[in-house]
Amino acid sequence: MSIDLARFHQAFFEESFERMDAMEQGLLQLEGGADNAETINDIFRAAHSIKGGAATFGFAAVAGFTHHVETLLDSVRNGSRGVDKPLVALLLRASDQVRALLNAARDGGNADAALSLQLQAELQAALAGDTAAVVAAPACAAVVVTAAAATSGWRIVFKPHRDLFASGNDPLRILRGLGTLGELESELHFAADLPGFAEIDPQQCYLSWTLRLCGAATEAEVREMFAWVEDECDLSIAPLAAGPVESAEPVHVNVVPITAATPVAAAAVAAPAAKSRAPAESSIRVSIDKIDGLINLVGELVITQASLTQYTRGLDPLVHERLLASVQQLEHTARLLQESVMSTRMLPIDSVFSRFPRMVHDLATRLNKQVRLQTVGEATELDKSVIEKIGDPLTHLVRNCIDHGIELPAVRVAAGKPAQGTMTLTAAHQGGQIVIEVIDDGRGLSRQRILDKARANGLVISDNASDSEVWNLIFAPGFSTAAEVTDVSGRGVGMDVVRRNIESLGGEVELRSQEGEGTSVRIRLPLTLAIVDGMFVDVGGETFIVPLIGVVESLQPAPEQIRRIAGQGQVLRLRDEYIPVISARELYRVPGAAREACQSIAVIIEADGFKLALLVDDLIGQQQAVIKSLEAHFRRVFGVAGATILGDGRVALIIDVTEVVRTCGRSLAA
Amino acid sequence: MKMQDKKQAPREYLSFTLGAEEYGIDILSVQEIRGYDVVTRIPDAPDYIKGLVNLRGTIAPVVDLRLRFKLGRADYDSLTVMIVLNVRGRVVGIVVDSVCDVVPLTADQIAPAPDFGSSFDVSYLQGLASVNERMLILIDIEKLLGSADVALYAPVAAVPPSAIAA
Repeated sequence: MSIDLARFHQAFFEESFERMDAMEQGLLQLEGGADNAETINDIFRAAHSIKGGAATFGFAAVAGFTHHVETLLDSVRNGSRGVDKPLVALLLRASDQVRALLNAARDGGNADAALSLQLQAELQAALAGDTAAVVAAPACAAVVVTAAAATSGWRIVFKPHRDLFASGNDPLRILRGLGTLGELESELHFAADLPGFAEIDPQQCYLSWTLRLCGAATEAEVREMFAWVEDECDLSIAPLAAGPVESAEPVHVNVVPITAATPVAAAAVAAPAAKSRAPAESSIRVSIDKIDGLINLVGELVITQASLTQYTRGLDPLVHERLLASVQQLEHTARLLQESVMSTRMLPIDSVFSRFPRMVHDLATRLNKQVRLQTVGEATELDKSVIEKIGDPLTHLVRNCIDHGIELPAVRVAAGKPAQGTMTLTAAHQGGQIVIEVIDDGRGLSRQRILDKARANGLVISDNASDSEVWNLIFAPGFSTAAEVTDVSGRGVGMDVVRRNIESLGGEVELRSQEGEGTSVRIRLPLTLAIVDGMFVDVGGETFIVPLIGVVESLQPAPEQIRRIAGQGQVLRLRDEYIPVISARELYRVPGAAREACQSIAVIIEADGFKLALLVDDLIGQQQAVIKSLEAHFRRVFGVAGATILGDGRVALIIDVTEVVRTCGRSLAA
Repeated sequence: MKMQDKKQAPREYLSFTLGAEEYGIDILSVQEIRGYDVVTRIPDAPDYIKGLVNLRGTIAPVVDLRLRFKLGRADYDSLTVMIVLNVRGRVVGIVVDSVCDVVPLTADQIAPAPDFGSSFDVSYLQGLASVNERMLILIDIEKLLGSADVALYAPVAAVPPSAIAA
């Protein structure tokens, strides 16, 4: 099982290093005098996510050390400790150490454990506000180092004799066996006198291995794996020494996780004998950069094609029959091309879901809970960029679910539920969106506890707030109803990270819960981040695009539907509902005189279950738009999610529905 | 990049005019020169940020330096020129009155900038150079466009790394 996780390591490290960069930038900002809660929150979130990931993947050193960093940051975040230069300096040094630990975890080396301990002591001292303790730290450090350095494991050099196969032995089986004893890394060596392909004797073994087995296995257990081949190979088994010895080796020939190594070995051995069984090359690996380049080019092509269509529209179809037919053909082909290029980025969501069974198992065991994980719709495909970013929020949700949602078996039985809790992950396409749900049959959210906690945190909320308003509270930064902080969760970062990440993808989170029955978190996401289905609208001669996801309907309001509320602007009465009205012209400062509301078109947009009527001059039409980031060459603009290029080559802004509704809708409704 | 050809090798500067003054920028940061195009207005942007323009698929902001420095009149006609710069991977267009020529300058031809009360902050000045009786004001374009008061970019840390790569 441990092997399975290895394929996520790469992603974990990439994400973690990105987070370290963000954390450092944040710290540097703090040092520069910026003292805002958002920066501290960002830094804290970075540390929290690294710790969480590291714990999941079993990098105990990283998780343990980051925990200390996080604890200190938490005290800064809740205001019990101020920010000063020495603190920032300490945190920066600590973040260097996290980096070093990550590097060590990735490359299989050992980081400076003494430094870790020294820094840990300093972090704790800083937390206690006592610098004197720092001096004493190195002394205690030395004691624990020995324990930390004794990472158990074995370094095995396995050189089968040429005629190993003759006795019916298969190295692959041995390697697989070793894999069950712990985490196995293998280096494959070819014999120095490897003959050419034509001369290879398939019945001879030309391969040898250097293996690193990390785990608690004893030497006897390891040796037993080789029991059948002991006298047909050169075998040396040595305890895994600390990093320096490893890195002193001249060249790393080819370090690959065992999952990758074995098929190679197997193929090399078996290929000449079984030609027909050679795995069919039905897929190739292409770097994502190339795909993105291709997508950009196709985007360009579609834009050019659209402008061509526009230019030829006025031509006389009798005179230019052939040209027009070709343009039409081009349009068709370009669309197909775009669809198929976009589909190359689509991956089944299974690549995210498959990391959970292990995680659920480990967490449940650790917390003495019984949890059954069900997944539905693993084959649902979505864009790679979405897949990459959905992993973290889902991890948070799953952790929360097991930690807070599902009760201990005894409690469950007492409540008349089966001892084993059930957690369901589902994914499905719905319209142009993907809907992912995390459902548990645990204790559900306690309305009263959330209200109490909110009040304790100084949030104002009335007793008769609707359920969804109450559930919304748990998305506030720093909100956690867990009585104590565990290393799984309870610090209250989870949910605000979840919401933030989902929203940055243009999605929505919705929470439903019934006390005693369970909780369900529903995430809606666009299938791709590269293209948006948009409604093109005209405002004072300028074109804007409203993503269709956020549009409920559009209508031309009758004069009697528009009501003015003193000092509050206008509302639109629509089927017994009063919807605040905002003019796109004012919102985007479009020059020119405003039109009367009843002469405009009201586009009803919705986010967070909240509606807003956006007044525009005209609807132009519906079309797909290739989203381009403004931030690539400019900065963020309020109320704008991005830009796209119109058929005539001009740039049009894409409206950020969530931001507009949230900012304008709330202020109007309040 | 080529820092080793230090002192004596001349660096080339693109010179352009803004009002009555002649300015120069490092030619290595210039990507292309083109006519002024239709721009898409950006809501709430200062007046010298004219808007966004499509440069063959790249969406880039356009800054009118004439408005930024409050020099001369900012007319837009068929002769108005936009210099497209690529500064550290960020593409930006600047509108100027006219582009003059390319001037090679060695380090000793460039004098440090005095505090001569120009209409912009001296910290963006790289120095002054005189070429054939003309005075060339050399601008550190990276500093100028990156400065907070131009408000072209978000504060450094707020830009996600992925956005720069995009």
